[in-house]
Amino acid sequence: MKVLNRINSMEDKGVIAAFLVLFITATVMFEPFFSLLNIMNILRQVSMIGIVAIGMTFVILIKGIDLSVGALVAVSGVLSAYFAGRSMVLAILLPLLLGALLGAINGIIIARYRIVPFIATFAMMIGARGASYIATDTKSIAVPMTAKAYSKIGRGYAGLVPVPVIIFFLLLFIAYYILKNTSFGRKVYALGSNEEASLMMGIKVNRVKIAVYSISGLMCGAAGVILTSRLGAGQPVAGMGWEIQAIAATAIGGTLLSGGVGGVKGTFFGVLILGMITNMINLQGSLNSWWQGIITGVLLLIAIIVQAQEGRRIVSLS
Amino acid sequence: MSDFLLKMTGVSKEFPGVKALNNVDFYIRKGEVHSLMGENGAGKSTLIKILTGIYTKDSGTIELNGRQMSPQNVLEAQAAGISTIFQELNLIPDLSIAENIFLGREPKDRFGKIQWKKIYVKSTEALKDLGINIDVQLKLKDIGAAIQQMVALVRALDINANLVVMDEPTSSLDDNEVKVLFKVIRNLKERGVSVLFISHRLSEIFEICDRVTILRDGKLVGESLIRDISHGELISKMIGKDSESIVSNKKKAIDFSTKETYLTANGISSGIMLKGIDLSIRKGEIVGLAGLLGSGRTELARVLFGDDQAANGKIEINGKKVSLKHPADAIINGVAFCSEERKAEGIIPNMSVADNITLASFSDITRFGFFSRKKQLQITNKYIKQLSIKTPGANREIKFLSGGNQQKVILARWLALKPDFIILDEPTRGIDVGAKSEIDKLIQSMANEGISILLISSEMEELVKRCDRVAVLYEGEKVGELQGEELSVDAILHTITAGHNRKLQGANK
Ligand SMILES: Nc1ncnc2c1ncn2[C@@H]1O[C@H](COP(=O)(O)OP(=O)(O)OP(=O)(O)O)[C@@H](O)[C@H]1O
Ligand SMILES: [Mg+2]
Repeated sequence: MKVLNRINSMEDKGVIAAFLVLFITATVMFEPFFSLLNIMNILRQVSMIGIVAIGMTFVILIKGIDLSVGALVAVSGVLSAYFAGRSMVLAILLPLLLGALLGAINGIIIARYRIVPFIATFAMMIGARGASYIATDTKSIAVPMTAKAYSKIGRGYAGLVPVPVIIFFLLLFIAYYILKNTSFGRKVYALGSNEEASLMMGIKVNRVKIAVYSISGLMCGAAGVILTSRLGAGQPVAGMGWEIQAIAATAIGGTLLSGGVGGVKGTFFGVLILGMITNMINLQGSLNSWWQGIITGVLLLIAIIVQAQEGRRIVSLS
Repeated sequence: MSDFLLKMTGVSKEFPGVKALNNVDFYIRKGEVHSLMGENGAGKSTLIKILTGIYTKDSGTIELNGRQMSPQNVLEAQAAGISTIFQELNLIPDLSIAENIFLGREPKDRFGKIQWKKIYVKSTEALKDLGINIDVQLKLKDIGAAIQQMVALVRALDINANLVVMDEPTSSLDDNEVKVLFKVIRNLKERGVSVLFISHRLSEIFEICDRVTILRDGKLVGESLIRDISHGELISKMIGKDSESIVSNKKKAIDFSTKETYLTANGISSGIMLKGIDLSIRKGEIVGLAGLLGSGRTELARVLFGDDQAANGKIEINGKKVSLKHPADAIINGVAFCSEERKAEGIIPNMSVADNITLASFSDITRFGFFSRKKQLQITNKYIKQLSIKTPGANREIKFLSGGNQQKVILARWLALKPDFIILDEPTRGIDVGAKSEIDKLIQSMANEGISILLISSEMEELVKRCDRVAVLYEGEKVGELQGEELSVDAILHTITAGHNRKLQGANK
């Protein structure tokens, strides 16, 4: 029994080990890799997808999936660009609200009308992307040069640390705490592990679901604001393919796609692994950047196979 | 002012194709232990689910403490003071024992942070009160069915209730654990809490209950004080027939010494659970495995089915040494295994009764890659009739059947496979008395056809009634075998105690 317990708590040991291997390899292979500047760079590059992946982790923990994240980043990013010149407060708050609202709609459709998450969020993905094209007339919306404070969100530094990285870490910490130490967090795990039982234990299953998809939307809103600030423009094509990246990071991080097991700590390392791969390809210089996709795919497969094997081992031991 | 705690009047509930409850009146008095009896599918669980807000009734009224109520969900029922342990245990596999006890009402500090220490200490204590010492941080899926049942119990008790509902809580418990449970029930009763207790084991009903309400086919057939009713009367009210037909006695001794040996296992060891067990079974023989929980019965069965590997020992089937590395190896050798874990390993909830029955024997009804729907229905209908499986039809999804009827479907699946050797792990758990005797007959007729049977059961009377020979296990060792005249419940208990004493002496040396 003790051994079993240990296996279970190893959930994110795998991803941490993979991270370390990759980190050491990169340090040995590429001179410039292990420098404060480069590492901060990697962190900044992954911070936005990382924030989206935090929300995705909640969603996958309840056995769901959110395909709309990339599109939600785009809509909220565009909305942020509209207000960037007028009011910084609105340029931050409105996109956050919009993201959370659209996420809540996902949740309501999934919980109330019992539509499978794949379909519901797929529809949202198409709809939100369409909306961002219409709102911008397919052009990008520039953030005025005068919005100095606003542009700090994506481009600023606090000492040596880029602001997006600080926001990422803050959100990561909050999410970790919520999942681990609050009643709501535990309900997320319960729901993902056995929905019917959760219902019978008196958990308001629909509420939890709607909250989780709202959180995912909220994270997209945050990522959208940062991205717009960083690019200096709200682009309707922003966030293309982020859903894949976020799902990959979550799965590589050890959160089971079958729900109930995992957490944001693993996702953090999953995101870092993806970021390091991109970075290594850049440093290498001659490799085509499409290699990134191939490597991500392979890693994802490995992660999923390892998960399945562990699941099997635990079942047969018990 | 009445002394009734609960009054359900004229309650009806219809599911597509079944009238699960038909104008049922059901009353519980304050501080009594009340039993709801009826065959599988009589409507017991449905009544409870209406009471606890999982289903909504079509008509009727519910009064609790003189006040009308109609709970819309479990939370509302809990708030009204009804705490429930459902038949299909509803706990969360990936959370710890402690969390399962406290989920949804964790003690929190000012910042909303869960106080883990408190949770661990409290749940450890609560389980200790029931005589269970266990690390409460273990995940629920890593502990056995019996302890899970106790966890559900602790959870239910933790809710401040004036009615505790228990839907077949004893089906996965052994005698000792049942005693613990009964102590808890008596305790509740002393505090004036009413208990609704459901079980298919008559002896339990007569031991613990004050009053009984009997349902048949969704209709109320009677209500009585336990001391005013006899076993026979109760059974015949439940099944609507004379009880004579189902009361059977000990099996007549048959001489197997001339029959061929089907399987011999020698020195089977595996981890700490099995320590050098020898067992042989002849063709057509029914061998029982008796022992307390954790004695290694299920583990031995899994080894024989290739689901676990023995570290040591050898297995011969029909005189040839076999290596069972995988269930597929065992199935090829004609072995079938009807598992006790119905929900986890047995049923495919969204498939029909017919598909669930023919799942393992698909090749029998398939010709040139096409499977014959007609044959499938034939087989299905045969077993529906033979085991009196209560379902609106062969095509109904199995998840809509009552617990006991699901169990019968699983049993039918393995019977349809026509194996040489079948391992039945608690085959009649949750099955009503009438169907039990049907299953008894079925097992016997299989044996008559030459199929060897290994039967695991926590109910010793059943072993005595059904088996030709019983092997008694104690902590992973075989401590005795009983057959013929010597086979009785007392003898089994005696053998277990002797094994226990021998162990003690061994340990003292
Ligand atoms: N959700 C449902 N949908 C359709 N039919 C159902 C549903 N739940 C129960 N039934 C049917 O209602 C009838 C009563 O079922 P119920 O579960 O109440 O029986 P039970 O008395 O608890 O039996 P058991 O002793 O086997 O647990 C059965 O015929 C069952 O198939
Ligand atoms: Mg039932």
